[in-house]
Amino acid sequence: MGRTLMKGNEAMALAAIRGGCTHFFGYPITPQNEIPELFARELPKAGGLFLQAESEIAAVNMLYGSAAAGARAMTSSSSPGLALMQEGISMLAATEIPCVIVNVMRGGPGLGTIQPAQSDYFQMTRGGGNGDYRIISLAPATVQESAEMMQKAFDLSHKYRTPVFLVSDGMLGQMMEPVEFLIPPSTKPAGDQSWVLSGHQGRRPPRTIKSLRLDPAMLENHNLKLQGKYSRITRRESQFESYRADDAELLFCAFGSAARIVKNSVDDLRQNGRRAGLIRPMTLWPFPFPAFRVLPEKCKSLVCVEMSCGQMVDDVRLAAGGRVPVHFYGRCGGVIPEPAELSEYAEELIVGGAV
Amino acid sequence: MSVIFKKTAGLTETDTHYCPGCTHGVAHRLVGEVLEELGLLGDTIGCASVGCSIFSYNYFNVDMIECSHGRAPAVATGIKRTVPGKTVFTYQGDGDLAAIGTAEIVHAAHRGEHITVIFVNNAIYGMTGGQMAPTTLSGQKATTAPTGRNAELSGMPLKMSEMIAEVPGATYVERVSLHHPKYIRKAKKAILRGFTYQLQNRGFSMVELLSTCPTGWGLAPVAALEWLGNNMIPYYPLGVLKAPEEV
Repeated sequence: MGRTLMKGNEAMALAAIRGGCTHFFGYPITPQNEIPELFARELPKAGGLFLQAESEIAAVNMLYGSAAAGARAMTSSSSPGLALMQEGISMLAATEIPCVIVNVMRGGPGLGTIQPAQSDYFQMTRGGGNGDYRIISLAPATVQESAEMMQKAFDLSHKYRTPVFLVSDGMLGQMMEPVEFLIPPSTKPAGDQSWVLSGHQGRRPPRTIKSLRLDPAMLENHNLKLQGKYSRITRRESQFESYRADDAELLFCAFGSAARIVKNSVDDLRQNGRRAGLIRPMTLWPFPFPAFRVLPEKCKSLVCVEMSCGQMVDDVRLAAGGRVPVHFYGRCGGVIPEPAELSEYAEELIVGGAV
Repeated sequence: MSVIFKKTAGLTETDTHYCPGCTHGVAHRLVGEVLEELGLLGDTIGCASVGCSIFSYNYFNVDMIECSHGRAPAVATGIKRTVPGKTVFTYQGDGDLAAIGTAEIVHAAHRGEHITVIFVNNAIYGMTGGQMAPTTLSGQKATTAPTGRNAELSGMPLKMSEMIAEVPGATYVERVSLHHPKYIRKAKKAILRGFTYQLQNRGFSMVELLSTCPTGWGLAPVAALEWLGNNMIPYYPLGVLKAPEEV
């Protein structure tokens, strides 16, 4: 398959099948419906199984069962659907079951809108379910990257035995772009299967997948083990893109759809002689704090741009550590910012002496 | 000296945590015996649910997975659809199956999942300390129905087996009781039938076991058995509610 024009949602689904996904469980919700629809068409042809659940709650629990039985399994949904799945996601994290969950974000709170938004940053990075756990969150900004990150998501989930989020949004999922599937199809990892439920065949003691530990000392130990894993992930897996940032005086920080808009603003500002740049987190968790460890020498301020009322800006402020002021510009409720308004906002900051 | 009775290989050596007189032990033994007799212990995956039976994963000699409250039929769906050659069962109480998990049980039946559901109905929430369940009888006292279940406030007790029998995808639904040896033998036959249909890929089977909760009911074990026979069976009649026509 050469370069093909397709929607972000379709690219993710095709990439998942190339990534070895054999089982998909999901429930309809806009704007992610192309994902289950493509799986319903293509997965049976590839020898896999598509099953429509009665709710997102059932879907995430089917995913839990399927992945616990050894399948490369996934589900997808959009913001309110993800909220319903959080009970299951906490369970998947607690029991260390590898799987992939796609969130094609829409505006909230509540039912909100079906238009694109990034207001699930908290939901994607701060849990949402109960307990101390973290989920790897990959944030693509193009259709091509949506496909690449999808394949990578399965490998990461198996490497660390943890659920992985792929964080898209209604714009990225619905837009068409050329995409090329460059990563070779994955084969089922021959990794450790000692946790998979397969029936003991009378040859080993029965195996149990569980999260309940009533003895506080045992539960504390389990938590510490999980935290150890999260530390390893934090050290190794954070990723970001740096765009025209080396000599930037004004450094934007944005992810996903917002980041691709910001790139236009950076180019516009540069044309007008303003030294602007961008740091684009490609992993929301672990947040790429190393990207901010050494700021460009002339950097005077950071501007966090989100399609929300300001969620990632908390992490950007932590990353800045008070060295430079952090400004925030957001549009929400499904409104997509335009490059010109971002450039204008930056110009105002510069003229006003903030930069 | 010959052995005339021994513990089933379907159960582990772990002591159970169940209260004296509780019929979970009997229910466990019946399921264990059936799986042993069918030669399925090495090829079975069980789904434990939230409630007293959550620790069933310590007692059944099969691979087990713990499920969130009410979700066992969805988890079982995911397992069975992934490893269709394995025998998959859920073991759920009435709080789990008849309240928080009604959507999951109805839709697993609706899809005709090839799983076996062991539904333990003791008309109360046991694990959490004796609160009213959807199955609590009218007038029956519970910690959240201190003067007895009031139908005007909480509705009449839900008859899950009758409901599930109406679902087109359900293959076999039977209600049995564990309050007397004669009934326990019938219960075992029902459980055997449920697992046999699964082995034959004939679809969804559910066996409801009327059970006692002496602690939650505030009755001595023998009195609890009698109470079940006198009060539960008249409202929850025993028998086959749905079964395939035998060839």
